[in-house]
Amino acid sequence: MQDNVVIVRDLAKSYDKVRAVDGISFELKAGEFVALLGGNGAGKTTTISMLLGLLIPSAGSIRVFGEDIARHRYRVLARMNFSSPYVDLPHRLTVRQNLTVYGRLYGVDGLAARIEKLGEELQIAELLDRESGKLSSGQKTRVALAKALINGPELLLLDEPTASLDPDTADWVRGYLQRYQAETRAAVLLASHNMAEVERLAATALIMKAGKIVDRGAPKDLIQRYGRSNMEEVFLDIARDRRGPGEADAEAAT
Amino acid sequence: MSANIVLSPTRISAMVLRHYYVLRSSWTRLLELAYWPTIQMVMWGFLTQFLVANSSYIAQAFGVLLAAFLLWDLLFRSQLGVSVSFLEEMWSRNLGHIFVSPLRPTELMISMMVMSVIRTMIGLVPASLLAIAFYGYSIYSLGWPLIAFYLNLVVFGWAMGLAICGFLIRYGMGAESLAWLAGFVIMPVSGIYYPIAVLPGWLQAVAWCLPSSYVFECLRAAMVDGVARWDLMAGAAALNAVYVIGGGAVFLGFFRAARQRGQLLQMGE
Repeated sequence: MQDNVVIVRDLAKSYDKVRAVDGISFELKAGEFVALLGGNGAGKTTTISMLLGLLIPSAGSIRVFGEDIARHRYRVLARMNFSSPYVDLPHRLTVRQNLTVYGRLYGVDGLAARIEKLGEELQIAELLDRESGKLSSGQKTRVALAKALINGPELLLLDEPTASLDPDTADWVRGYLQRYQAETRAAVLLASHNMAEVERLAATALIMKAGKIVDRGAPKDLIQRYGRSNMEEVFLDIARDRRGPGEADAEAAT
Repeated sequence: MSANIVLSPTRISAMVLRHYYVLRSSWTRLLELAYWPTIQMVMWGFLTQFLVANSSYIAQAFGVLLAAFLLWDLLFRSQLGVSVSFLEEMWSRNLGHIFVSPLRPTELMISMMVMSVIRTMIGLVPASLLAIAFYGYSIYSLGWPLIAFYLNLVVFGWAMGLAICGFLIRYGMGAESLAWLAGFVIMPVSGIYYPIAVLPGWLQAVAWCLPSSYVFECLRAAMVDGVARWDLMAGAAALNAVYVIGGGAVFLGFFRAARQRGQLLQMGE
């Protein structure tokens, strides 16, 4: 596998007069866990949509596994996958049926065994023959993760994978993602609003604001650089254009 | 670039399987597919029986209205078969997953066409068998021309269905009513139950732009006059080639526009 799984250069997306993503560049290496942070409307989902080929960029380039995604989208899609709580699986189908359909779409060999394996790993074995629409939020998240891992993706894009989960289930999901990444050396790009999640999972955080990457680095380096105790405070400093604790204290005093 | 145009039977069958699972799990959907064709067939059947006793025209061709009804419903179900398969994905908010999988839009279109054939069969085979049981009328007695009628109407249904799916991509659930109403827009000018010649001149010109008009004229020629009008079937096939390419182009055009506008992830919401 090439070291750089994703190379993004000067990527931009405009809608009429709105510049949703404004000339961002970054790389994602095999085995790397990168978090994409930013407030609502910062450009995270737009960036992920462009990486998936769901959205055509206005400018710039995206190379995934060395291929230009604008020209060879379908060649690389089989090697990547995606999960989001905002996209569902058909409710009437059982979990096994959904995984069978997606396994066939992704051309998975030994599909029945793969589904059983994921069922065991994600603790959904007893849910495989239940209708997807009748699952709880936590169960749906694990099923969505099973769909996202059905093809053993080398690149995994996760849009808020633990949104609306209880702390116990969210912790379990994070632990599973860590194990999966350690075992497979998959590259993972995570868009999240949960800063504790980012501190735990991500080697690198890209912080977006108004379509630009305004800062980047390892979470612990960012925390140190901003003189903060956690990523949530760093996030607030960036979101509110503060330079660190002193400015935040002054702001609080007023 | 050649990899981009290679179609995968496995991926197409995966999408057919997805809809088969839905149909298998829902007896109400199966019932609905068979219900309307059967109810209408019964209604038209009895009407036909009444007219046979009171009209010399109909008496010449017993079953012409019944055949016309069954073939019209075939066209309607074929279009719905494509549109509803796409709507199923929108209703389940599943399109985001579909469009980030390796499934090509062309493969999605083919899978919807296959589902359209399956849905029309589920709807019309029971109705056609009941017509034999109730009235002793078999649409299969049309013989080989029935295959030409079937192919032309199904393909025209695909063309309309694909174009409607394009509008669904562009306008979202706001365009859902198109799927249910489009058939009724062309119904009056397709000459289903009356000859095209009874329409005003300008409307006849419109009618001759529709493959369905050729099919129903051909049906009447076969059943009333006993004449096989293969020229009409050829006209329908030629028009269908244009329409199905046009329908596919509308689908692909709106799909690409949606990728420009960022509408694909929000679809179904």
